[in-house]
Amino acid sequence: MKRYIVNSRAACYAAILIVLLVLPQFITPYHVTLMETGLSLAIMALGVNLLLRYTGVLSFGHGAYFAAGAYAVGLLYMYLPDHFTFENAILAALLVSAAISALFGLVCVRHTRVFFSILTLALCMLLFAVLEKAYHYTGGSDGIRIPIPLFFGHEFEGMRRFQFLCGPYYYIVVGIFAAASLVMLAIVNSPFGKILQATRDNELRAEMIGIRVKRYRLYAFIISGIFSGLSGGVWSFVNGHITPEICNWVFSGEVVYMVLLGGFMIFEGPIVGAVAFTYLRLYAVATTQYWMLIIGATLIFLVLALPGGITGGIQSLFNRLKPKRA
Amino acid sequence: MGLIYALNGLYFAAFLFLTSLGLNIILGVMGILNLAHGSLYAVGGFMAAYLIGLMAQSSLPVMLLVSVLGAVAVAGLVGFVLETTLIKHMYRRALEYQLLITFGILMLIEDLIKLIFGGESRYASAPFDAMGSLDIMGYTYSVYFLFVMAVAVAAGLFIWWLMVRTRLGIMLRAIEMDREMAQAMGIPMRSLTIAAFMLGSAFAGLAGALVVPTTPAVMGMGMDPLIMAFIVVVIGGLGSLKGAFLGSIIVGLTRSYTIAYFAELEMPLLFLIAVVILVIRPEGLFGQK
Repeated sequence: MKRYIVNSRAACYAAILIVLLVLPQFITPYHVTLMETGLSLAIMALGVNLLLRYTGVLSFGHGAYFAAGAYAVGLLYMYLPDHFTFENAILAALLVSAAISALFGLVCVRHTRVFFSILTLALCMLLFAVLEKAYHYTGGSDGIRIPIPLFFGHEFEGMRRFQFLCGPYYYIVVGIFAAASLVMLAIVNSPFGKILQATRDNELRAEMIGIRVKRYRLYAFIISGIFSGLSGGVWSFVNGHITPEICNWVFSGEVVYMVLLGGFMIFEGPIVGAVAFTYLRLYAVATTQYWMLIIGATLIFLVLALPGGITGGIQSLFNRLKPKRA
Repeated sequence: MGLIYALNGLYFAAFLFLTSLGLNIILGVMGILNLAHGSLYAVGGFMAAYLIGLMAQSSLPVMLLVSVLGAVAVAGLVGFVLETTLIKHMYRRALEYQLLITFGILMLIEDLIKLIFGGESRYASAPFDAMGSLDIMGYTYSVYFLFVMAVAVAAGLFIWWLMVRTRLGIMLRAIEMDREMAQAMGIPMRSLTIAAFMLGSAFAGLAGALVVPTTPAVMGMGMDPLIMAFIVVVIGGLGSLKGAFLGSIIVGLTRSYTIAYFAELEMPLLFLIAVVILVIRPEGLFGQK
């Protein structure tokens, strides 16, 4: 029976991957770039959910690690243009976000609950302030332009930005997204993931059976920071331009929103949420100048009426439709 | 010049103290971190600017009194509506929902302000100009800044009196210490939590109303003060009046002196101080574990 479930899940993933791969044939180029945004943000949402769902702490400052990844790419282009290839950029994003999340994490993991949230938020704004004020090094609020990179020696010569994004880059994003999702799935189901859940359920008990709670929380923090950094790195090419705004706490709040929109109790929830949020935001901005009103009202509705998010709602609908077994 | 920087720092501290006061009350009594606090501050600011604009012909005391009271009343009213419609469902919910609903309220209020007052900036410097300036040891200094400091001290004393000397304050502190026990003792939880949220919102409105004579009311004006108030609360300790007072002075003076000498470092340094204090004393200067 278990084997059957595992196989059906694998089949489901394979089907989704195939759908994602053939999608550009059916949607407009503009929507292809939107999907790229959604999928790259999904990587970050998965990282935030590692902390929220599996470790039991809510970060309101993951924009910092997203920005660390994006700025690693940007600064690599600014200072080492000769080495500006896609693989180097992503490597830089991973390393820089790991370093910064390790540093910030050391302070944050000493706390839980609301204090943890305030601290992650404050540290995020610290990085925001640095990025904005250090005009001579980071371009300040003007940000940094990110051009099309070399990809393992292959040059997309003569290709327009838009062509690059709609064509080859989409498949790169899907590949990275798929790999990141599978890695996260392995992490949460590993013994390490179970230890995190033990620290979440009862910190004292976990400590008593010999788990070093703060150390494991730090590991989880760094992993989720690296996912955010990867997300930022991938996203920076989609957007083509980065500014300190991605390090503002409001962006971090939006990511938490994505996680809840998709449903944080289910592993795939944050992915659904990130893509859904990207579209929701687009339509809200396109229909009215009061788009924040729509996004805010949706969020309030979600919290009050649909706390399980989209996936949680679908699940409870299925449970209701399913015939009761004795 | 040192004196002027100190005065500027104290003015900024006064203003931070007023902003963090309401945040602290709501956090202490209800255990909810109100991300929409800055938006209530903006509501107060826009309301006061609107009223000052209406009363261009009035005398200074009338203008100040009406604009401040109007802003406080409207912010308190918004607080009442928010508590009784949305926040009241949140006390038993998990932290992520509490934070996200206030985040949703923040977005809602930002756009409602745009809808009601229009998106453009509102200038309301009449009270500031009317108060003129004073000669302090050879430097001219605006009287309005001294006025704000006086209001902050008065507000601090008022809250201290309320919390320590009145029945209402004693009941609020009882809720803060032990919700269940307080309820078992027959303390009227519903009306008191509404009162605490209104009080916190009204103080946000007061801070917003006092700032518009010096800087115009603009969209998103509540964002920076919100973050600053967080830093004050983190430094001072959750729910501590003493801590908020000392935290405001530390942040205010630091900001004033860094702006004077290394303007670039202003924000980073403030966050750095907050982080250092938290590493040494995780519960803040006067916080309880």
